Amino acid sequence: MTDYLSASGLRGALRWGLGAVVGALICSGAVAEDNPRDPYEGFNRSMFAVNEAIDKYALKPVAQVYDNTVPLPVKASAGNFFGNAGDLWIGVNSALQGKFGDAGVDFGRLLINSTVGIFGLFDVASELGLEKHDEDFGQTMAVWGAGDGGYLYWPLIGPRNVRDTVGFAVGIYADPVRYIRPVSVRNGMTALRLVDVRAGLLPADKVVEEAALDKYAYVRDAYMQRRRNQIFDGRPPRLDD
Amino acid sequence: MKKLFAILFACFVAGAAFAQEAPDVLVQRVTDDVLEIIRKDKDIQNGDTHKVIELVDKKVLPHFNFPHMTALALGKDWRKASPQQQQQLTAEFKTLLVRTYANALTGYKNQKVVYKPSKMAPTDTDVLVRTEVLQPGSKPVQLDYSLEKQDSGWKVYDVVVAGISLVTNYRDQFSQEVRNGGIDGLIATIAAKNKSTETNQKK
Repeated sequence: MTDYLSASGLRGALRWGLGAVVGALICSGAVAEDNPRDPYEGFNRSMFAVNEAIDKYALKPVAQVYDNTVPLPVKASAGNFFGNAGDLWIGVNSALQGKFGDAGVDFGRLLINSTVGIFGLFDVASELGLEKHDEDFGQTMAVWGAGDGGYLYWPLIGPRNVRDTVGFAVGIYADPVRYIRPVSVRNGMTALRLVDVRAGLLPADKVVEEAALDKYAYVRDAYMQRRRNQIFDGRPPRLDD
Repeated sequence: MKKLFAILFACFVAGAAFAQEAPDVLVQRVTDDVLEIIRKDKDIQNGDTHKVIELVDKKVLPHFNFPHMTALALGKDWRKASPQQQQQLTAEFKTLLVRTYANALTGYKNQKVVYKPSKMAPTDTDVLVRTEVLQPGSKPVQLDYSLEKQDSGWKVYDVVVAGISLVTNYRDQFSQEVRNGGIDGLIATIAAKNKSTETNQKK
């Protein structure tokens, strides 16, 4: 629910963050936690608190201004542009999971939207019935049989288990926006994408606040259910209970 | 006499047809009905919580099985609760779900709901009805309902948004509360949550 930066930047911060987290995990990993689904809960809850503060004082206000001031067609174009850039990596991951038909659709979308859709500003392919897919390298590794490695919560990046964190890091290198030059434009784009993604989550904020007895646990469990759903392409086998 | 009999018979047939309404037809009818009302109601569109809850109460809730939903949210702890506690839990959980998600309906603009064909046999008593919410400029959101067959017709016992069950997503939070304060502790926590939401929504 709160995965801002779905595939975007803050690369330096990530590299720095990885080191810090590995260190913190070693320190906090020894503390016994009672939830087997969340072995690093103590660490995660502190990161969650950090993220809540960043969101409250920086990201959310910016996203709100963006949402209220930018006209809908412009917002839609921004979303389409980043969505189009993402179709490349989505196609690669469809192929890596053996879904070659889907991969064909993904690359077809990229081709059509980059040309007819004017650099991806318009999602012409969807109008033509080429459905957008939801794939990433974390899902690919899950399909290959990799374990999730335990749940983690990162500031800015949000909930991501170890497998998805690796998938995210790999995805950064496959992101076309990363190779845009000059660097100032690239950074501007990265920031815009972050705001765009956050703005898209604004309607969910109130629901989560009102629904959750414990927001941290609510977000964690929603993330786990959602990822399972994505890995099984919307048709997860039923869990017995 | 003949006429009266004919009318009675017609009522009986209509009643039976209604009770046997297929689950996917039921979901579509209720959804279309509710969205049509919201589309015409400016108060709801402007965030009138009271009015939207009234609408949901009247149109949607008769098709939900809240005791089953609450049992599903509690998992193993459900059996630890006395019948009276189960009743209290169901009442509080119902309020929590309705307050939260009915309110989300006030955000409805011009999304479209698409009904997916569902595979089911006439003998099925537990089915999944799949829908998708389309909104301009963003990805479709998967919205699925689990229904079970009861004497009074099909009843919804789970709602799944983008793969996230709004019911089982409470499992860990509930078991945490039960561990800390027992079943009564959980009842008190949900009741307190409902109170604070109500106060905030009145502002």
